[in-house]
Amino acid sequence: MIELDADVLVLGGGPAGAWAALAAAGAGARVVLADKGYCGTSGPTASGGNNLWYVPPDAGARERAVAERFEQSARLADRRWMSRVVDETYRRVDDLAAFGYPFAIDDDGVERRGSLQGPEYMKRMRRRVHRSGVTILDHHPALRLLADDAGTASGASGIARQKGGEAWTVHAGAVVLATGGCAFLSGAFGTNVDTGDGHLMAAELGADLSGMEFSAAYALSPAHGAHTKGLMMQFATYYTAGGERIDVPDPLGARLQVAELLAAGRKVFARLDRAPAELHQAMRDAQPNYFLPLDKAGIDPFRDRYEVRMVLEGTVRGTGGLRVTGDDCATAVPGLYAAGDVATRELVSGAVSGGGAYNGAWAISSGTWAGRGAALFGKGRRRPRARAAGSAGLGPGRLDAAAVVRAVQAEMLPLDRNLFRTRAGLRASLASLDVLWERITSEGLAGTGRERLRARSAAAMAAHARWCYRAALAREESRGLHRLEDLPALPRFEHRLVTGGLDDPWTAAEPREAAA
Amino acid sequence: MIEIVSRDRCIACDKCVAVCPTNVFDRGADGIPVLARRDDCQTCFMCEAYCPVDALFVDPRSHPLPEPPDEAVLAAGGLLGSYREQIGWGRGRTPGARLAVGPSLDRAGAPLTS
Repeated sequence: MIELDADVLVLGGGPAGAWAALAAAGAGARVVLADKGYCGTSGPTASGGNNLWYVPPDAGARERAVAERFEQSARLADRRWMSRVVDETYRRVDDLAAFGYPFAIDDDGVERRGSLQGPEYMKRMRRRVHRSGVTILDHHPALRLLADDAGTASGASGIARQKGGEAWTVHAGAVVLATGGCAFLSGAFGTNVDTGDGHLMAAELGADLSGMEFSAAYALSPAHGAHTKGLMMQFATYYTAGGERIDVPDPLGARLQVAELLAAGRKVFARLDRAPAELHQAMRDAQPNYFLPLDKAGIDPFRDRYEVRMVLEGTVRGTGGLRVTGDDCATAVPGLYAAGDVATRELVSGAVSGGGAYNGAWAISSGTWAGRGAALFGKGRRRPRARAAGSAGLGPGRLDAAAVVRAVQAEMLPLDRNLFRTRAGLRASLASLDVLWERITSEGLAGTGRERLRARSAAAMAAHARWCYRAALAREESRGLHRLEDLPALPRFEHRLVTGGLDDPWTAAEPREAAA
Repeated sequence: MIEIVSRDRCIACDKCVAVCPTNVFDRGADGIPVLARRDDCQTCFMCEAYCPVDALFVDPRSHPLPEPPDEAVLAAGGLLGSYREQIGWGRGRTPGARLAVGPSLDRAGAPLTS
């Protein structure tokens, strides 16, 4: 049994967790960071990278950026939070430059700070976190949060999966969840560590969520794999199996049209026709992780048409997550903070994904705020009698975790269920998922030692799916990422939807009515 | 999916065991990593990026190939360690981050999100 004590425990070592750990350590807290995998490679940022929502401090430019993006958010973002994110991101990227991140320099000799290459970024973040005195526990997935008698988050326990599944416990004054969104093990680039474990742990302590209906994010990848790097697709032309060109209104609008064809069972092919030859090398330099997988498969995307498919990115690129209740990214549970994709990103992106630019900026800024907030809350707090909370998927039982995952995926991955939503489809999925949840809680999931993580993650995905579709059914309109039948956006739905609960999930308009 | 751990090249540093985010490798009895949980490979190439001697090959397809690829052919084609090379890691290389000035179709417009 591994036992540690800290002021702040950070769960998750992607960008949000790393920035949270830095901020907490900078505020004088003793910090432990536990990652399910390896801090530096875990999650989609490390595999891929981000553009950033990066606006230099020019008051007019920032005001315009916020105003424009507020409209793009389908009016569900929050302009004050957007301004905060712009400001915090800019300042933290200054830190990143001071850490020595090798930004690209453009033709005019100016550093291009609005884009981060994933492996380099996260390698440097890990080094910085380590040098800040943070204890990093790699391959230490958390399974449960600890709570004291007052229900305050007071640490976590889990397994050390490279030490034979040995149990660990970290007692802490406060906890930052930075466990990522949930992509349902779709394989989307770098996202298989993102199974919604943090959402489940938080909900078991009574946290609620927001924006879970904005979870139908899909991305294009080669049909043979799951390399969902979308940036280069701005240069793509799409073709049918017969080689006929598919007319799309603009490269960014193509995704939906391609999805419609794929949902109808048609094959779609892509080729980067729109890229002039003189740009080819710059494109390769800009995004090797788009080109390399194709190179290895013997495909030249400038020359060859290659088959594409759409891969679910769920609430990783989608928007929903734990509701935050204050500027410090506190959740509804005292002592529990949320950063990055595990938190709702609606405050910045509203009903739309916004893609990597928002994700990256949100991870940096929410991580910083959550880390600082947790340090203030947790430093020196007395915490009597903390106990592990939560049980879903952890009791010994009969159900096979892989079978549970397949059952959840059958409802969540298909385009005609999750992207092109219908009321009847959502109800049918929820009926299956509710039965599945009942079986998870009554029969339990099989798995001991290291395999407890698979069981727990399977339960987390089932919970996540139910929140996504309950919220989707409650939003009887189409807005941003959420498309319900042919319904338009309706003024009476210009508000956020909160959801929560495990055995009895609920939804409510925000602000949540007193009766709910 | 990971296809090759080259016994000829591997120096048993076990860096890949540490960095694989989905815990695919175990250290073998002789120190050379074994693919203990290959089905968990998410084809993210991080092991290739971190391998100091280019001993690993991750194929872009999400499923195992019917026959493992020929290591000599891959090596001759520069495909062992190609990810590390392309992101500019390794002695004497320029970090890829330095070169990553993403071209935009509409250069006057806002940068597109990835």
